[in-house]
Amino acid sequence: MELAAAKMIGAGLACIALVGAGIGIGNVFGSYLSGALRNPGAAATQTTNLLLGFALCEATGLFGLVIALLILFAF
Amino acid sequence: MNLNPMEQFAIKPLVAQPLFQIGGHNIYFTNQALLMMIVAAASALFLSLAVKPGRLVPSRAQSMAEISYEFVANMIHSATGEDGLKFFPFVFTLFMFVLCSNFFGMVPGSFTVTSQIAVTFALALFVVAMVVVVGFMKHGLGFLKLFVPHAPWYLLILLIPIEVISFLTRPISLSVRLFANMLAGHTMLAVFGGFVVALGAAGGALSVLSVAPMALIVGILLLELLVAFLQAYVFAILTCIYLNEALHLHDQH
Repeated sequence: MELAAAKMIGAGLACIALVGAGIGIGNVFGSYLSGALRNPGAAATQTTNLLLGFALCEATGLFGLVIALLILFAF
Repeated sequence: MNLNPMEQFAIKPLVAQPLFQIGGHNIYFTNQALLMMIVAAASALFLSLAVKPGRLVPSRAQSMAEISYEFVANMIHSATGEDGLKFFPFVFTLFMFVLCSNFFGMVPGSFTVTSQIAVTFALALFVVAMVVVVGFMKHGLGFLKLFVPHAPWYLLILLIPIEVISFLTRPISLSVRLFANMLAGHTMLAVFGGFVVALGAAGGALSVLSVAPMALIVGILLLELLVAFLQAYVFAILTCIYLNEALHLHDQH
């Protein structure tokens, strides 16, 4: 296979990382909402943890993007 | 017309003449250096001028400065406790710099400083180096207990390498998070901008359709403003959490 074509396929495959990030972010906000609706009093105290969980989750998906960029431009 | 979405991240020398040389490398004054200077000067000027009058009933500018001050102070206090507050100037500077670079990058035609891995990695390395220095200064060699969680010895064989690796990847994850968020957001905006231009140039009924991606861009732009703030916040709070670990090891503050 040609190198250029293989690079494109590899970069595309690296974007599968977004599946996990999507599930993770959905989980973070879903769990927060269900927790917040059960105990609205405690909801405001947990926004820091919410945003932190969101950022940590999102980063794993973005590592996939970085790998894709590395495959496309660095090699 | 050039529609390459990655073109906006190109670093160009603004002055053709190199400023000076380090080890055979020419050092230029680039658009990135200019934007970093603007960001640093604008945030410093705004914060110092806004609180200058010191009114009891603050003006809008003064209350903006005060809100950002209180926001960061509360964040440090909740994450690291009382003795973390002496790191307030450091965390506040980091937060304001990242926030202002993100927001200045949202201005069309400008340059996003934080979309360069070199900048974010330097910031993250600085944070982690400071955490290590603070940890060793406070606890001496006891700082190494950070890598030993409370667990039975047979689990420690597995856990200590994991803890060490997770500590060593911190500068990478901290910098890549900010860099990749900014890069992905701005690339996405540029790609949708390309749709508008391509549809508009297609002529006829297709030109009318270009309103749809335009409306989408406005929505994404709002989302990007949220992300710009959120990433600055996350960068600052993770700095606080790392500092907390260095100050208190495994104990809660």
